[in-house]
Amino acid sequence: MADILGVPVQVLMGQLLIGLINGSFYAVLSLGLAVIFGLLNIVNFAHGAQYMLGAFAAWFLLNKLGINYWGALILAPLMVGAFGVVIERFLLRRLAGVDHLYGLLLTFGLALILEGTFVHTFGASGQPYAAPAQLTGGINLGFMFLPWYRAWVVAASLFVCLGTWLLIERTKFGAYLRAGTENPRLLQAFGVNVPLLITIAYGYGVALAAFAGVLAAPIFQVSPLMGSNLIIVVFAVVVIGGMGSIAGSILTGLAMGVVEGLTKVFWPEASATVIFVVMAIVLVLRPAGLFGKQA
Amino acid sequence: MKVLKSLALGASALAFSVGAAQAQFSGDAVKIGILTDMSATYSDVAGPGTVAAAEMAIADFGGKVGNAKIELKVADHQNKADIAANKAREWADVDGVDVFAELVTTSVALAVNEVAVQKNKISLITGSASSDITGKACTPNSVHYVYNTRAMAVGTGTAVVKEGGATWFFLTANYAFGENLERDVTKIVQAAGGKVLGSAKHPFPASDFSSFILQAQASGAKVIGLANAGADTTNAIKAAHEFGVVAAGQKVAGLLVFISDIHSLGLNVAKGLQLTTGFYWDRDEDSRAWSKRFFAKTGKMPTMVQAGTYSAVTHYLNAVKALGTDDTAKVMAKMKETPVNDFFAKGGIIRADGGMIHDMYLAEVKKPEESKGPWDYYKILRTIPAEEAYGSLSDSACPLLKK
Amino acid sequence: MSRTAWLAVVIAFALVAPFAIYPVFLMKLLCFALFACAFNLILGYGGLLSFGHAAFFGGASYITGHVLKEWGVPTEIGILIGTLAAGVLGMAVGVIAIRRAGIYFAMITLALAQMVYFIFIQARFTGGENGLQGIPRGHALGLFDLNDNYAMYYFVLAVFSLGFYMVYRAVHSPFGQILRAIRDNEPRAISLGYDVDKYKLQAFVLSAALAGLAGSTKAVVFQLASLTDAHWHMSGEVVLMTLLGGLGTIVGPAVGAGVVVALQNYLAAGPLGAWVPVVLGVIFVVCVLAFRKGIVGEIRDMVKKSF
Repeated sequence: MADILGVPVQVLMGQLLIGLINGSFYAVLSLGLAVIFGLLNIVNFAHGAQYMLGAFAAWFLLNKLGINYWGALILAPLMVGAFGVVIERFLLRRLAGVDHLYGLLLTFGLALILEGTFVHTFGASGQPYAAPAQLTGGINLGFMFLPWYRAWVVAASLFVCLGTWLLIERTKFGAYLRAGTENPRLLQAFGVNVPLLITIAYGYGVALAAFAGVLAAPIFQVSPLMGSNLIIVVFAVVVIGGMGSIAGSILTGLAMGVVEGLTKVFWPEASATVIFVVMAIVLVLRPAGLFGKQA
Repeated sequence: MKVLKSLALGASALAFSVGAAQAQFSGDAVKIGILTDMSATYSDVAGPGTVAAAEMAIADFGGKVGNAKIELKVADHQNKADIAANKAREWADVDGVDVFAELVTTSVALAVNEVAVQKNKISLITGSASSDITGKACTPNSVHYVYNTRAMAVGTGTAVVKEGGATWFFLTANYAFGENLERDVTKIVQAAGGKVLGSAKHPFPASDFSSFILQAQASGAKVIGLANAGADTTNAIKAAHEFGVVAAGQKVAGLLVFISDIHSLGLNVAKGLQLTTGFYWDRDEDSRAWSKRFFAKTGKMPTMVQAGTYSAVTHYLNAVKALGTDDTAKVMAKMKETPVNDFFAKGGIIRADGGMIHDMYLAEVKKPEESKGPWDYYKILRTIPAEEAYGSLSDSACPLLKK
Repeated sequence: MSRTAWLAVVIAFALVAPFAIYPVFLMKLLCFALFACAFNLILGYGGLLSFGHAAFFGGASYITGHVLKEWGVPTEIGILIGTLAAGVLGMAVGVIAIRRAGIYFAMITLALAQMVYFIFIQARFTGGENGLQGIPRGHALGLFDLNDNYAMYYFVLAVFSLGFYMVYRAVHSPFGQILRAIRDNEPRAISLGYDVDKYKLQAFVLSAALAGLAGSTKAVVFQLASLTDAHWHMSGEVVLMTLLGGLGTIVGPAVGAGVVVALQNYLAAGPLGAWVPVVLGVIFVVCVLAFRKGIVGEIRDMVKKSF
């Protein structure tokens, strides 16, 4: 068996694939964050908590209403997205025109409230949520055992990412969104309802977080703190990709999953830190991020 | 045993000579301070459940020892050692708390032990794991009650090696507790003729374990030892289940698993897992009777930490009652001299290094079809005698014993 | 009342406070108040949101803890070494970070602080997750036994006053004027011929060193240095304190720190014990929505309006 730096190639291939799977979570989450940042100029610190809400919504739908995973995949993002719309409408909108810092702080406070309330209600150790029967088991790829569910995660995330990218880059609605990012006043002058656009964008970004939460539910425990440390990592991904860049956030998400996966092989202790190292380097060399427009 | 006996004799002689019957209580009350994690990672293992257990213990005394009221104080230390130390200090200085109890997470236990020594108070550690608490960081004022890393290592390590699990790969949480656990298990595995092939030190906390599971699979080791706790352990077990570790012939050994973890994983995922525990509710009449009372109060069956907190607080109050004082030195001596005999432990002894040694249990998680319902999770495979689990006192690294 | 009269009242209160309020709590409050004031220097007056100040606070507490415990140096020297170390670290972080502004500045400081945090986890001398325990308090000036809480309190009060005075001097000096000019209109400051980066860096290093002074002192008070102080949550907490008290006001951050520390302390022991994070979250939200100028800022406005 061939080795690379003392690690068998087969192991490395497995790790690359795993990295890609984790990367697809980062991609969906950072995409949502990028959409929100692009239009609202707000760092949505409640993103991790909203991801957790998505997982809990799936759990709630299954255990209280008997709606299975596939139903939850559609319904949970809608529910949490609607919640996001309410937050935007009644809280974030009041911050229009003040420093971005306040949006970050407001959503940070929201995250604390949501997570604290859920810990109090459900306990910290989480609830089990089984993968759908169609996706249990897996396939032996020779170099690793690939659970069907993980393969599905990659497929579903790529599908959603690609769909979002097309929506934003290729449709009229997307053109409005992009215009809103560039110059909201001018767009308003053209008779487009910009506040409505912003509300939709926030709701959509939050729904993406919830979608990732449903995808994550069968893999991790559905627990109140599942998203609490994720936010700074995902935000780092957005910064590396270039803030506001849709394609950038998707590609960087996948790439960072792989980088993290490789670090887990060669220096596992550092795997939680490596993304920040990349971010620091990128910010020094290319301040607008890998895919952002250089100022 | 000889050492133990002479120590016990010495302690009882001491207690006899000073144990005059006049009742004296600092602040005219016995004050117990529970410092625990009420809102984060360990709040299910300890948290509100330990508070409920302590309340039960106090209620069983009628809320009084002699004429002195028993008061309970509770604080959330949020797993932060500085908050815990601060609170303990304040309780000692301002509120006249006599004993600190529970203290989940090792950093908290170590920090509060320092305060206990400085302020001449007692600390009853039921939540934390590190064997250092009775080893190099031991104090004359602390009792380590429920379990420690060594006992967990002995129980699970020996059993698994005996069953043919000769080669190990560790997934270790990258902090002192994880390394402590890995070190203790490695010793046991090697002593039993096994071999450690490697370990992956994962960041704490980590959410995705698939990469580490893959490394463990690639190592070819027969056993994957999980030297971590809480959400890290449950996520690792889930990943192992998903990646077909058991189906491919490898075994997962959880080195610190609580019944609340099994409850949250579900039997389908956790089945077949071997683990060591200091307490299981469905072990005998006494444990069932108490646990049912606990269940009626909290809606959950107790973890070993919660059951141990009741037992430790009761043991403390018994000593106070027998002596008629809450004087630290006298109560410590009395607690060490009296064996623990209750629903939690039979013939448990508090040694000079502060370890309450008692029998431990090797358990296997039932398959879903074997379980009669929620909380019917363990088959007890073996009772591990106290001495075997905790090691002999002569091996202790506790500096107090060197005098 | 005149300014001097106010000052006299505050000083008198600070001197008698430990006889009414638990001194260790007061010391914690002073440490965090100093931390917040140091942070305010860079955020409130420099207009730069650092999301990595925990690295200086926590880093200094480790260094001080280590030199006091292992080298046995006098307490003052230990604190001085910790403060200097934080200053040096601030210099290293600052040189990289001040080249960016706004959210990028926040992210780069966060990234560097995360790396520092990683070093603290890996390094042996920090004791990892268990932290550095049993740091000796020692004697002040070789005379006063700091194991006595009252002696310790006056020592901390002295340290706080010194640090606070340095912040005050920095803000009310030509240096502070230029800093505010840069905050309000950077291109203009450049066109006036100021070396903007130099001023930003100086402010950052001073802020880091004073945050370190607070961290070092806290390590001595609690005889403990732990990862909590270096975690990014701590960086977030100091933002909350500063904002709650009043951004860019001289006493605001200290007031904010007082409110947060008191909440954490008294809520944790009360019936709301398990709700501490939620209560903090609610305060965040209410504060951002309704009292954006912070406690001191709002009061100042009210006073101004009524005259």
